[in-house]
Amino acid sequence: MRSFRFVDYLPFLLFAALALFPLVESTFYTQLLTKILIMAIFAMSLDLLIGYTGLVSFGHAAYFGLAGYALALMGPKYEAVSLWWSLPAAMGICAAFALVTGILILRTRGIYFIMVTLAFAQMLYFVFHDTKLGGGSDGIYIYEKPLMKLGDAVLIDLENLNHFFWLVLVLILLVYLFLRRILQSPFGKALVGIKVNEHRMRALGFPVFRYQLASFTLSGALAGMAGYLAAVQYGFVNPEILSWHQSGAVMMMVILGGMGTLYGPVIGAFAFVLLREFLSNDAWTGIFAKHWQLAMGVFIVLVALYLPRGLAGVLQRFGKKPLEEADDE
Amino acid sequence: MDLAFFLIQLLNGLQYGLLLFLVASGLTLIFGIMGIINLAHGSFYMIGAYLAWSLSSMTGSLTAAILIAIPLTVVLGMGLERLLIQHLYKRDHLYQVLLTYGLILVFEELRSVIWGDDVHGVAVPALLSHSIPLTENLSYPVYRLAISGVCLLLAAGLYFLIQKTRLGMMIRAGASNREMVQSLGIDIKLIYTLVFALGIALAAFAGMINAPLSSVFPNMGGGVLIICFVVVVIGGIGSVKGALIASLVIGLAETFGQVLVPELAGMVVYFLMAVVLVWRPEGLFGGRS
Amino acid sequence: MDKKQIAGYDRRGFLIGGTAIAGAAAAGILLPSGAALAQQAKLKVGLMLPYTGTFAKLGVAITNGFKLAIEERGGKLGGRDIEYFTVDDESNPAKAPENTSKLVQRDKVDVVIGTVHSGVAMGMAKVIRESGTLWINPNAGADEVTGPLCAPNIFRTSFSNWQTTYGLGKVVKGKGHKNVVFITWKYGAGEQAMGGFKEGFEKEGGKLIKELFVPFPQVEFQALLTEIASIKPDAVVAFFAGGGAAKFLKDYQAAGLKGKIPLYGSGFLTDGVLDAVGDAAEGIETTLHYADGLGTKKDDAFRLAYAKTYKQQPDVYAMQGYDAGQLLAAGMEAVKGNVSDKVGMIKAMETAKIDSPRGAWTLSKAHNPVQDMYLRKVVGKENKVQGVAWKALADPARGCKA
Repeated sequence: MRSFRFVDYLPFLLFAALALFPLVESTFYTQLLTKILIMAIFAMSLDLLIGYTGLVSFGHAAYFGLAGYALALMGPKYEAVSLWWSLPAAMGICAAFALVTGILILRTRGIYFIMVTLAFAQMLYFVFHDTKLGGGSDGIYIYEKPLMKLGDAVLIDLENLNHFFWLVLVLILLVYLFLRRILQSPFGKALVGIKVNEHRMRALGFPVFRYQLASFTLSGALAGMAGYLAAVQYGFVNPEILSWHQSGAVMMMVILGGMGTLYGPVIGAFAFVLLREFLSNDAWTGIFAKHWQLAMGVFIVLVALYLPRGLAGVLQRFGKKPLEEADDE
Repeated sequence: MDLAFFLIQLLNGLQYGLLLFLVASGLTLIFGIMGIINLAHGSFYMIGAYLAWSLSSMTGSLTAAILIAIPLTVVLGMGLERLLIQHLYKRDHLYQVLLTYGLILVFEELRSVIWGDDVHGVAVPALLSHSIPLTENLSYPVYRLAISGVCLLLAAGLYFLIQKTRLGMMIRAGASNREMVQSLGIDIKLIYTLVFALGIALAAFAGMINAPLSSVFPNMGGGVLIICFVVVVIGGIGSVKGALIASLVIGLAETFGQVLVPELAGMVVYFLMAVVLVWRPEGLFGGRS
Repeated sequence: MDKKQIAGYDRRGFLIGGTAIAGAAAAGILLPSGAALAQQAKLKVGLMLPYTGTFAKLGVAITNGFKLAIEERGGKLGGRDIEYFTVDDESNPAKAPENTSKLVQRDKVDVVIGTVHSGVAMGMAKVIRESGTLWINPNAGADEVTGPLCAPNIFRTSFSNWQTTYGLGKVVKGKGHKNVVFITWKYGAGEQAMGGFKEGFEKEGGKLIKELFVPFPQVEFQALLTEIASIKPDAVVAFFAGGGAAKFLKDYQAAGLKGKIPLYGSGFLTDGVLDAVGDAAEGIETTLHYADGLGTKKDDAFRLAYAKTYKQQPDVYAMQGYDAGQLLAAGMEAVKGNVSDKVGMIKAMETAKIDSPRGAWTLSKAHNPVQDMYLRKVVGKENKVQGVAWKALADPARGCKA
């Protein structure tokens, strides 16, 4: 039997609090929060790879951006597409791309893996940057937001910021629960086993490659969900959404929050975005605002050195301690 | 394309490749020997270029600037290794990516604070400033050829250092088994510090001698970094020979890509890398991973 | 808060020197007692410009120019003091919509000034068109901004990419060149500049025999320079800027092409890089809406005031920022500071004749400057004006339906 852990219920408490947010706050902060949640979904998808499967992808923005472009290019220019098929389709495209690239990428390990994921992302970046396919370097607009209809009635109006926020909030909860379910399943346990000791798992007869590929594909599809939502939010996609800086930023969120925890990346997304807001706002940091990237850089270095388990690690130390004894018999 | 121009393009590709090798060699050494993934490598290229500019405008001579700047970058490399990098040897690559990603931001902003955001030029040393006529309207700058010569010398020097010297032997041994070498009484910590400093100095040196050709400008390290990753992956991590051959391959691919398939020029090298990885996942000359 | 902000800017060094500026700061501090008119709250101006990264220098120049125009008017527009809100857009289009809404929705600014990067401008346009906020674009040249995306609230005080090279076609043909090669980076601005040149050049009977692209932002030109040598065109036209332009000019010279195949370009090829390239740019002719040695009273006054205030010479970007300030002033003065009269303000801005350092200009129907394009020639460290390449050139505003 599992005993009560504060951290297990924290996500749900947070969820409830967040749901009320648009009622008390202005449009900008609702929008900002929506964006953070979208980045959190993106970070969670990467956590599946980094934290659970032991695959350090440095090109995860490729799947994020690909879904955005998929949405932009899927429908007619001035006609709204239905979310019911366009979201699964965008995620499907990402999953397919992850599957194909994964077959190649998963032949490599360690540093090679990091580099190769980066290179594939760069390749995709140049596809959108250099060809007219998606408007080239200037990017492309999504003029009409997708529709969420049930019969003839509009179920959720994506033009409405609050509605969109709630949709994202529900989706992040679903993704969280889905991933938690997956990770508690034998499949998830096997992934973690592979992360810890690949050779042992192989010796035990696990098809390691297929497990990793499944995880890679799933992760790509979820990153695609985040990318799709990001494209819906602002109605604009540009090659920069799949640049390696984007991949670096999401990796930062995962580690800052605490990898291998699922909720850590959510915390990381909040902390990362809000910190950037704080540092670059001259009302708060005055003359240093112009050089905010210096402070950000130093902060990242410090996290890498002193917070290897991220903020979730800090949280666990406080949240778990009193119950730790009860947990380990 | 007639034969003469084909040969000139070949020369262009090889020359560009050699320059890539200079930056990539440091990267592959740090990768291969220390197991450290260094995203900030491009920043050291940029720092080298800015040092060459600021010191040569102070001293009036590029040679003098390079002679002063190299010890500076070596000290910078040693300092960084002692201060930051050495904490990462036993940690996952993930943290190396993160830390060096942070360093990119730090160095780029420091560059902005110290040297500003202007574009600057560095004069080619007078001795090498003329060009050799190749066709009726095209000539080849002697300085480019000189750089190629320097790159080849360095490649030979690196090969000699690693394969033939006692230090090289210790480096190779340290790469394969850190603990074993340490127990033999070799100061592996010092060796790692030196290797890191050497890698940094190579990148910075590439920035310095290329500064007269490239000018110095903000964010100049970013583009070089990614392409050098591709070089290292194709060549095989840690292999200087692999880096040399991969650099030349990439140089040629970029050169002919721009001329023959201009629409896809940006993608050519990444495509090439994918092909190599399907064929040989450890790169052309990579033994271990 | 207001006090702190002004003091903050003062410290940042944006506004060092110049008595007018000290006066403005004092006015800001004294505002609570000084401003008798309750409805005259401060005018909120949002500056969305790159303050870090490759274009940081341009962002600062534009900011300086803009603030100079305001300070020349006693720090007030239409009787109202100014409160600035700044956002560093990092020249990152992926963050552009979010950064724009930061100004539009969080800070609720009355007008947005920005930006440098065309991709970022595209992202801004999306938000601006939805919110209806006034937007003055002091640089980004994407043709679309005053083309398909044009709107009553969208203004530009700089140029369209098409504009910078269209007039060049006539110039190059006039020099007797028939077969010409165009070289640029493979990105939006480069392709549009090439489009403008091609149109102008072929109208005059010239032929663009080859379009050469370098992957952006690479600066390895050797392969394409060799290609140029093998094609042997009558002339080469280039569109590059900043570090890439400096390297291209030096490579062109080092390859021995300079002096054998004449090189022309949009003015950005030789702007801000002359110190870096030595004699590699000497004699190169370009077209742009600004030049050195115009010798007009307005330009001399602007250069002097700028140099006094910021201890450096202004460039084309500072001038564009300055004109953004002037255009805003024209609107504000017409409605006497009452920004809620947006229709009146837009009307006044549309019909304003801006007395610019580059020479007077007006706006086209799509709100892009109708301006003289100068032919300039690099002489020493200056882009010396040679004459007017095209009088009152207006962007065709293709796709603008407003």
